[in-house]
Amino acid sequence: MLAIKNVFNKFFEIVGENVLSKLEGIGSFATHFFSIMYWTFKSPYRIKLFIDQLYFIGNKSLFIVALTSLFSGMVITYQTYIGMKVMGAYTLVGPIVVLTIAKELAPVFSAIIVTGRCGAAMAAEIGTMKVTEQIDALEVMGISSRQYLGVPRVWATMVALPLLNLVFLFVANVGSWFVGVELLGIEEAKYYAKLKEFVDFNVLLEGLIKAGVFGYIVGLIGTYHGFKVQGGAEGVGKGTNAAVVWGMIVILILDYFLTSLLVRLLYDYGV
Amino acid sequence: MKSAISCKNIIKRFGEHTILKNLSIEIPKGKITTILGYSGAGKSTLMKHFLGLVKPTQGSLTVLDQNVPTLSDDELRKFRKRFGMLFQYAALFDSLTTYENIAFPLKEFTDLNKNEILERVKELLTAVGLNEDSLYKLPSELSGGMRKRVGLARALALKPEILLYDEPTTGLDPITTKMVNDLITTTGRTENTTELTSVIISHDIQATLKISDYIAFLEKGEIIEFSPTEEFKNTTHPTIRKFLDLTTH
Repeated sequence: MLAIKNVFNKFFEIVGENVLSKLEGIGSFATHFFSIMYWTFKSPYRIKLFIDQLYFIGNKSLFIVALTSLFSGMVITYQTYIGMKVMGAYTLVGPIVVLTIAKELAPVFSAIIVTGRCGAAMAAEIGTMKVTEQIDALEVMGISSRQYLGVPRVWATMVALPLLNLVFLFVANVGSWFVGVELLGIEEAKYYAKLKEFVDFNVLLEGLIKAGVFGYIVGLIGTYHGFKVQGGAEGVGKGTNAAVVWGMIVILILDYFLTSLLVRLLYDYGV
Repeated sequence: MKSAISCKNIIKRFGEHTILKNLSIEIPKGKITTILGYSGAGKSTLMKHFLGLVKPTQGSLTVLDQNVPTLSDDELRKFRKRFGMLFQYAALFDSLTTYENIAFPLKEFTDLNKNEILERVKELLTAVGLNEDSLYKLPSELSGGMRKRVGLARALALKPEILLYDEPTTGLDPITTKMVNDLITTTGRTENTTELTSVIISHDIQATLKISDYIAFLEKGEIIEFSPTEEFKNTTHPTIRKFLDLTTH
């Protein structure tokens, strides 16, 4: 009887510890979020740091976004063509591909690429500054480290991602056009006519809004895991890893909820 | 003698752990005071209290006539500009050059123009015994001793009233250690900085005895001895005697 009681006690102890630790994590992330919002609207405004970060994020991800988008556009066009040809509706390949890319692939892929390249870099850079007391040095000088390091990175990612999203969309469509029209022989006039019929500004807007929200989240998660780093090099490694893993998970989960919200706001589908 | 820092009956608890226990100390203005103690005695926590980075659970703390625990975040940020701090490993911003590191607080908090900042940086560099060759080097291109000097130059940039040193000689070779100690003494005793209060956290007893005007010994969150250096050397307190004997032999 005592043994069973001990097992139950241990079980609830472990569950309780895990729940508390998760709640603590949520609390500290919320604090980070509010801190970034608070310092955003307090002077001095770090415009130069924001531009530096915007350049860093955009420049660092531009080539890989362009390359990924080109081949994504090409392969999706190819697969869609095979499927649609069976039903004799291959002229719909253009709008299907563009809708898929503009609404889903461009914002999600761009966000995942930026998470892998820049979210990780943010966590590693801030984490290294933390373990080498550079963040303490800022605080001792009377400078808020969240304002100096966090705010420019979060907002720069939020602005950079919609821009990268546009690059993704443009290059992916070039790839789609090349495979659809030049390689698979869809008539160009029909390809464009169907695009005009099905694609409107709201499609572009949906992708841009998603990219902006994802950008803010990627920046927030990257900087959060940087500031949270403890210990030495191992801590920096863990923080960087957590920034990438959590960044990707949150983007994919958030995508569903954002989609269902934006569909209601932007279109009249009756869903 | 006027106090720069006055702690009265400070208690600091983190959860169930009591780090500082009824700690009282009056750190004199314009003097070099070292706080000695074993690792984990609460030295760093005490220093964080001086800067307002940590608030005491109980007790009163007055630093430069300011009641630190009652200051708001904005007031604390302004208040911290009156401090300079030399970190254990200098904590230089590793993406910035020597010039940019030293100029950093000047650009942030003064209206000096580019030329005036450059002049002030050169002046500070000379004061810490470095020449202009290191002006545009990154921290990774500097030796440990040079990094400490640059860190000290940065800490002095805004002419602080209190200069805090966190384990200034840890990890340095004997020659660099002597150089850093000389620098602390020179900085603390230079004529135009007679109002500068230096507070050092250390467990390097030999350096402490050479450079300090006053020494405090912190054990398990309590100040068990605080006296002028000459008196401290002759203390009969068994813990301190043991510490002195272990580290001087």
